[in-house]
Amino acid sequence: MNRVGAAIVLIAVVAALFGPAIARFDPSAQELARRLDGPSAAHWFGLDELGRDIFSRVLAGARISLLVGIVVVSISSVVGTLLGSIAGYFGGTVDEAISRVIDILLAFPGLLLAIALVAVLGPSLTNVVFALSLIGWVGYARLVRGQVLRAREFEFVQAARALGAATPRILVKHIIPTALPAVTVQATLGMGGAILAEAALSFLGLGVQPPTASWGTMLNGGRTHLLDAPHLTIFPGLAIAFLVLGFNFLGDGLRDALDPVTRRSGG
Amino acid sequence: MLRFLARRIALTIPVLLGVATLVFSLIHLIPGDPAQAMLGESASPQDVAELRARLGLDRPLLEQYGRFLRGAVSGDLGRSLRTNQPVTSAIIERMPATFELAAAAMFVAVAVAIPLGIAAAVWRGTAVDHGATTLSLLGISIPNFWLGPLLAIIFSIELGWLPVSGRGTWAHLVLPAVSLGAALAAILARMMRATLLEELREQYVVAARARGASRARAVVRHAFRNSLIPVITLIGLQFGAVLTGAVITETIFAWPGIGRLLIQSIGFRDYPLVQGCILLIAVTYVGMNLITDLLYGLVDPRIRYE
Repeated sequence: MNRVGAAIVLIAVVAALFGPAIARFDPSAQELARRLDGPSAAHWFGLDELGRDIFSRVLAGARISLLVGIVVVSISSVVGTLLGSIAGYFGGTVDEAISRVIDILLAFPGLLLAIALVAVLGPSLTNVVFALSLIGWVGYARLVRGQVLRAREFEFVQAARALGAATPRILVKHIIPTALPAVTVQATLGMGGAILAEAALSFLGLGVQPPTASWGTMLNGGRTHLLDAPHLTIFPGLAIAFLVLGFNFLGDGLRDALDPVTRRSGG
Repeated sequence: MLRFLARRIALTIPVLLGVATLVFSLIHLIPGDPAQAMLGESASPQDVAELRARLGLDRPLLEQYGRFLRGAVSGDLGRSLRTNQPVTSAIIERMPATFELAAAAMFVAVAVAIPLGIAAAVWRGTAVDHGATTLSLLGISIPNFWLGPLLAIIFSIELGWLPVSGRGTWAHLVLPAVSLGAALAAILARMMRATLLEELREQYVVAARARGASRARAVVRHAFRNSLIPVITLIGLQFGAVLTGAVITETIFAWPGIGRLLIQSIGFRDYPLVQGCILLIAVTYVGMNLITDLLYGLVDPRIRYE
């Protein structure tokens, strides 16, 4: 599973990095006379409603998807880890305050808050990243808080405290590293989640705006051509499912590898 | 039990207050003048001033907040800017459609996930298990905004078996319910497999087998019942995901529910209606989580005394 996931992700990374070199056409170039043409030797995935090469646009979309995933996961994991460890380590009022904010944000079904935020802030890639990061840190904070609550009782942490180590040093050098394996698994699965969420927002017209190629925007464009040109819908959707599946395989594999119980039982 | 009930309900009140505060803040996050944003750049200053007064945006922030909270409690969420219909009645009109879709999706999910999860656990490590696990991962990875159109291409356009959009008959419900329920089915199947595997390792199952119970009887009569508790909890907790998914599914299949109303309202910048839809979905979600917690406490006494 791990290897299959890694291979899929690697393919997407190559597509994102070397897309312009691999693509045979400019993703924005239009051939209006041949609009909605199906897959052919020249245009492997066919042409869209404006006569643009879908294969080139899928490659360009990989760049947007991975970029959103990386930025959202980076911001969410850093902020979540920091706030979660502060809440878990200090406890008391600080923990109460952070935990209440977490409770309120968790009271919204994930994507709904993103939809609401982008609806008022306006549709754009920046606002999508902002909205998804604002929701994303909560999961990491909850996870890290739990890990820190456990870790702060470890003997080596108490020893560091007894030796007079400063709180930031104890947190960064001793406590946060104990939570990193769990955060890594969450981040890998979170990449898939962020990519799906961006595509969903773009599909609803709230994310990346045309003419920029994004898989969600391409699916949205294909909605009106389900009858006459289903290839507009099939290929961008395959790309999303393929990449998200890759991250899910990788996350599941990592979790199994890092969890001694499942590693022992093979389940 | 009463103490547990009271404590759990008391914990929900600040969350609801937080939810209401966040929904209230939405309108103030609009860059620039919210009234101008709602009416568009070409609106006259007089129209903008009128809308500002109508929405109470010219009042001090605290007063606006108090009015919003009072309105939310009494069910008065203002009027739609586009149709002038009270927001509450616009939402109530659409509620049956959304709940019908959500219930059907959950039914599909449970009907698929339970047998799939049991099969994967019972035949663990075999081709059945690998197949079920891969199918589950596929279900989680395939977005419903792709699965929906894909199902429509196959079953409506190619085969002509089911209607492509709208609401009315059972046939209209099939594709939206399957497309919305697929991801939940995948999550539930994984959970079912994991919890059943755990139960199958327990001493009471080993003892049942030692007393001569067949493998099927040990699974169905003993392990399955106990493994259902976390699965039922997950079903309750996933209700929010189903409601959010419904926003997309309703848009794809032109299903006249709250989700479609929300997306249409965003398009028309009808922010009172947007706020109302978001508030209703979030409050329903909090309510479902509360009910799930209470039921969990009812069936598992350990939760009550934590």
